[in-house]
Parts: sequence; C-alpha cells; structure tokens
Amino acid sequence: MNDKKLIIIGLLIFFGVCSSVCWYNWLSAAEKGAPEPLLSEKAKAAGYCVVPKDKMKAEHMKILDQWREHVVRTGKREYVIPETGRTFNMSLSTGEDSCMGCHSNKSEFCDRCHDYASVKPYCWDCHLEPKEKE
Amino acid sequence: MNSSYIFSLILVIILCVVAYMGGNAEGLRLVFGVMIPYLAVFLFVLGFLRKVLGWAKSPVPFSIASTCGQQKSMPWVEQNKLDNPSTTFGVIIRMFLEIVCFRSLFRNTRMRFHKSTDGVKIAYDWEIFLWAGALAFHYAFLVVLLRHLRFFFQPVPWCIQVIEFFDGFFKMEFVGEVIDIGTLQIGLPGVFVSGLILLAAVIFLCLRRLMSPKVRYISLASDYFPLFVILGIAVTGIVMRYFAKIDIVGVKAYTMGLVMFKGTLPPENVGGIFYIHLFLVCVLLACFPFSKLMHMGGIFLSPTRNMTGNTREVRHVNPWNYPVKTHTYEEYEDDYRDKMIGVGLPVDKKE
Ligand code: HEC
Ligand code: HEC
Ligand code: HEC
Ligand code: HEM
Repeated sequence: MNDKKLIIIGLLIFFGVCSSVCWYNWLSAAEKGAPEPLLSEKAKAAGYCVVPKDKMKAEHMKILDQWREHVVRTGKREYVIPETGRTFNMSLSTGEDSCMGCHSNKSEFCDRCHDYASVKPYCWDCHLEPKEKE
Repeated sequence: MNSSYIFSLILVIILCVVAYMGGNAEGLRLVFGVMIPYLAVFLFVLGFLRKVLGWAKSPVPFSIASTCGQQKSMPWVEQNKLDNPSTTFGVIIRMFLEIVCFRSLFRNTRMRFHKSTDGVKIAYDWEIFLWAGALAFHYAFLVVLLRHLRFFFQPVPWCIQVIEFFDGFFKMEFVGEVIDIGTLQIGLPGVFVSGLILLAAVIFLCLRRLMSPKVRYISLASDYFPLFVILGIAVTGIVMRYFAKIDIVGVKAYTMGLVMFKGTLPPENVGGIFYIHLFLVCVLLACFPFSKLMHMGGIFLSPTRNMTGNTREVRHVNPWNYPVKTHTYEEYEDDYRDKMIGVGLPVDKKE
C-alpha cells in the first residue's frame, strides 16, 4: 500500500524533530555549559552584591523592578540594607553603587548570562549602557 | 461526586507530592533529574513509533471519507470541493485546515430544548466555545513548548527568539500597586501571554467537563488525567517564572547536559516546584503514546478525513484483499451445459 511509504516519511520527520535537540547541539560548536559572568574590578573590590549571589542570580530582575518602582513613585534613591547597613543607589545605570556602577562590564557580565538564557531586557532602549574601556 | 475526576485528581496530587519529596531528597536527584526524564523520553518516542506503525498495518477495507458536502458527480451539480474533495490536492487542503484550524470542531453543535409559544421544541445551535477553547489551548501549548526550546538549544536559534519577542510583545508588567500582596508581585520578568492563555484554556476545558452534566457523564478518569497534569505543569511553570524565582542559567546548564548525554544534575537549590514541573512533564510524555493524547499522531491517519471522496468515480479496493477463488455463472454453465440442455433448462450459450 502506498500509504505506508507516506507514514514512514511522517515518522522519520517526527523522529528528526524529536532528536533535533541532540543533533543541533552536536553540530553547533558553541560552548554548552553555563557561562561565567566576569566580575569587574570595582565589583571585586566591593566584594558584595545587594543580596547573596545565589539569590541574586535568580531574583535580580525583581530587585530592579522594586528599585524602579520605588524611585519613580517616591523619588527616594537610597536603599539601605538594615542588617549590614550597606547602602545602594537604587539605579540601574547611574552613579556609584548602582548595578552598572559596580558591574560596569555589561557585555561580559549581564550579556553573557542573558545570551545563554535568551533574554533581552529592553531596558537599554532608554537607559544608557556604561561605556566599556577596551 | 464523580469517581473519575476524584481519582485523577488524587493521582496527580500524589505525583506532585512524590516529585516534591524526591527532588528535595539528596540521593534522589539523580533519579528524578536524570533517570526518569530519559526513561520518559524513551517511552514517548518508542511508544509513539510503535503505535503509528501499528496503525499503518491496519487494513482500510472501505472508503469512509466523511461527506460534509456534495460529492463530485454530474457537471451541473456543484461539488463542495473543501468538504468532499475528489483529488489528492483537495485532501491535502482539507487535512491542513483540519489540523491547523480544527475545522470539524468548528461545526460543533449542541442540542437544547427550545421553549417557544407553541411548546417545547428540540433545537440544535452552534456551540463555538469548545472550538475556541481547544484552539487557544493547543496553540498556547505549542508556543510554550517552542519557547522552552531555549533550554535545549545552544546557541538559541533565531526563530525561537522571534517567538519570544512576539509572545512578550505587550511588555506587560503588572505594577506593584495593582498586584502587591507581599511577595506576590509581578513585574520583571516580562509576561509571556502564551503561558497565561495555556492556564486559562486548561481551566476552561476542565470546567467544561466538570460543569456540563452531559460531558461529565461521558468523561472518564483518562480524560481528566491529562488535563490535571497539564494544569499542574502550567501552574508550577508560572509559579517558577513569576513568583518563586529559580536559577535559569543553572537550569539551562542542566537541560543542556541532558541533551548532550552528560548526565548533569539540576542545580542544588532549584527547589521542589521545579521537580514537580519536571516530573509531571515526564509523566505526560511517558503516558502520551498509551493515552488519548495520541490524537496528535492519529489525526494524520484518520480515514474519514484523509481519504478522497471519489467513491462514485473509483472503486475502492481493500489493498489487503487476498485473491478469493470464485466460480461465476458462466463457468457453472460451462460445467453443466449438457445436463441443463438435457432437462430443458434455459442456457445463455447454446454451444
Ligand atoms: C557594590 C557593588 C555591586 C552592586 C551595586 C551590584 N552588584 Fe551584583 N555583584 C557584585 C559582586 C561583588 C558580585 C559577586 C558576589 C559573589 O561572588 O558572592 C555580584 C554578583 C551579581 C550577580 C550574580 C553573578 C553570578 O556570578 O552568578 C548578579 C546577577 C548581579 N550581581 C546583578 C546585579 C544587579 C542586577 C545589580 C543592581 C540591582 C547589582 N548586581 C548591583 C557587586 C555589586
Ligand atoms: C521608555 C524608556 C525606559 C525603559 C524602556 C526603561 N526605563 Fe527605567 N527609567 C526610565 C525613566 C525615564 C526613569 C526615571 C529616571 C530618573 O528619574 O532618574 C527610569 C528609572 C529607572 C530606575 C530608577 C532610577 C535609575 O536611575 O535607574 C530603575 C531601577 C529602572 N528605571 C530600571 C529599568 C529596568 C530594569 C528596565 C528594563 C526592564 C527599564 N528601566 C526600562 C525610562 C525607561
Ligand atoms: C547569572 C546570570 C545572569 C547575570 C550575571 C545577569 N542576569 Fe539578568 N537575567 C538572567 C536570567 C536567566 C534572566 C531571565 C529570567 C527568566 O526568564 O525568568 C534574566 C532576566 C533579567 C531581566 C528581566 C528581563 C525580562 O525581559 O524579563 C533584567 C532586567 C535583567 N536580567 C537585568 C540584568 C542586569 C542589568 C544584569 C547585569 C548587572 C544582569 N541581569 C545580569 C541571568 C543573569
Ligand atoms: C523537560 C521539560 C521542561 C523543563 C525542563 C521545563 C522547565 C521550565 C522552567 C525552568 C520554567 C521557568 C521559566 C522561567 O522562569 O522563565 C518553566 C516555565 C513554564 N513551563 Fe516548563 N519545562 C518543561 C516542559 C514544559 C511543558 C511540556 C509544558 C507544557 C506546555 C511547560 C509549561 C510551562 C509554562 C506554562 C511555564 C510558565 C512560563 C512560561 O510561559 O514560559 N513546561 N518551565
């Protein structure tokens, strides 16, 4: 029966699609493991982030959201962590102790992760990226 | 109370609890993170192939294309080319519309008692909600699935990024003032509409089965089970994305380990919810070939839809027919002609 040929072709396509997660990655040369975000000298000198690293990895966008909310609605730009007394400048991209103030190397820090996870924050449509020295 | 949905509900809850505890147990991360996913994919692919090959072996004794319109006949009778195609090309168009637009579901009707001035009458009206719900559900599922491929491809292909772009197109962010109940704040990351549509559609399809007495009567545990599993997957996914944030880069390192056969474990602190999500996905995959979900493959092989409506032009011969030994009247007469003429019976051929 000629339908059998069609069905086999269909099944081959099904198998090809299912296995694409394997052969695509075998064929492409890109590094598969998690990227290592590079800490800038400034961040290294400070030695701490807003919250511990593990939490920061997962929740930094929430912090940014809260900061934005806070600054835009109340106008206050200082963020104090009561336990440690550390102060931050609630800002994405401006000034010392803002995100980019410490992480001034966007392309080697933020972007490495974001490219890997395929996220494209649209923040840079308006906010200025820090100028990176060569 | 209906034992069908209670049974499925309890089963899914047990599965969630098992996954939650398994994920949190130190020694079982290998089992729940690596072994069960591989087993599930293995069952899915092999079960799927086996099922379809079984179908391919089944005879199609009759031409049973469903006729939803006028078949091709005399030149002055107008043919309904879409609903009763007489060419292979027409069938391809019909199948395409069926698979992509769920055309036969679109025709769904509902019987009601219609009260009018001269008593109660039976009326059939058009019922579009099942079609709309099913369409929303299937497309949302597809988009969510395709978006998930960002965890399985490195580098992430351009086409998946395009899907992400359009899915997050609205740049929807509920500001804290609107939804701010303690930690329940939705802001960044931006909202992907497909996930929410998927959840809404699953809830609708569940409610349809539970609320309508007629549908509930014909629903079995195996109808509720996939719905509850998908509900669980959607809820845990949404919780992970918007509320209980997890380390996505770590998760991707793990999923890339899976597809590269490196056996990487999920990140240490990923949390029980991730394991529920993953385990329910595995259950769904493993059950897929043995459940009604096989309509994914079956729709391509449904004879009522994929056969040409040309029964007046072409005689359908069952390809499985074996040559039957026949003895026609002519042969019979040849055998007994002398005797028939002898007793005066009429014969067709007189020598
Ligand atoms: C005072 C300087 C400083 C500021 C301000 C700061 N960071 Fe950090 N950040 C660091 C340091 C130092 C680390 C490394 C911490 C560690 O290794 O324990 C870090 C780690 C991180 C990590 C985890 C990186 C990894 O290796 O996984 C992320 C994500 C991050 N920061 C994002 C942000 C964001 C977003 C902001 C703004 C809300 C911000 N940081 C503000 C210094 C800073
Ligand atoms: C449409 C343009 C626009 C976009 C896109 C945008 N912002 Fe802003 N953002 C602003 C403006 C304007 C302010 C107010 C600046 C001020 O008052 O100093 C602001 C302020 C902020 C602040 C507090 C003040 C400061 O100096 O940073 C944060 C934090 C912030 N934005 C984060 C974000 C993040 C994170 C994103 C991406 C998800 C983003 N913004 C996208 C326009 C934008
Ligand atoms: C450890 C890797 C990592 C680093 C370093 C990192 N991010 Fe992210 N970021 C992520 C991941 C993963 C997501 C997506 C989370 C998701 O999809 O739920 C994300 C999402 C975001 C979002 C929300 C985007 C959206 O549209 O949903 C913003 C804003 C953001 N990151 C800002 C930053 C900034 C600014 C920096 C640098 C200071 C930074 N991130 C560094 C991993 C990282
Ligand atoms: C092995 C397979 C899977 C893994 C490892 C996985 C993992 C994840 C992760 C890590 C998230 C959080 C995403 C984020 O924070 O951005 C998520 C979200 C989600 N997942 Fe899955 N998932 C899998 C399969 C599925 C399947 C089959 C479905 C069903 C369609 C599904 C439905 C969802 C939904 C609806 C979300 C909510 C967020 C969104 O819309 O992207 N997942 N999943």
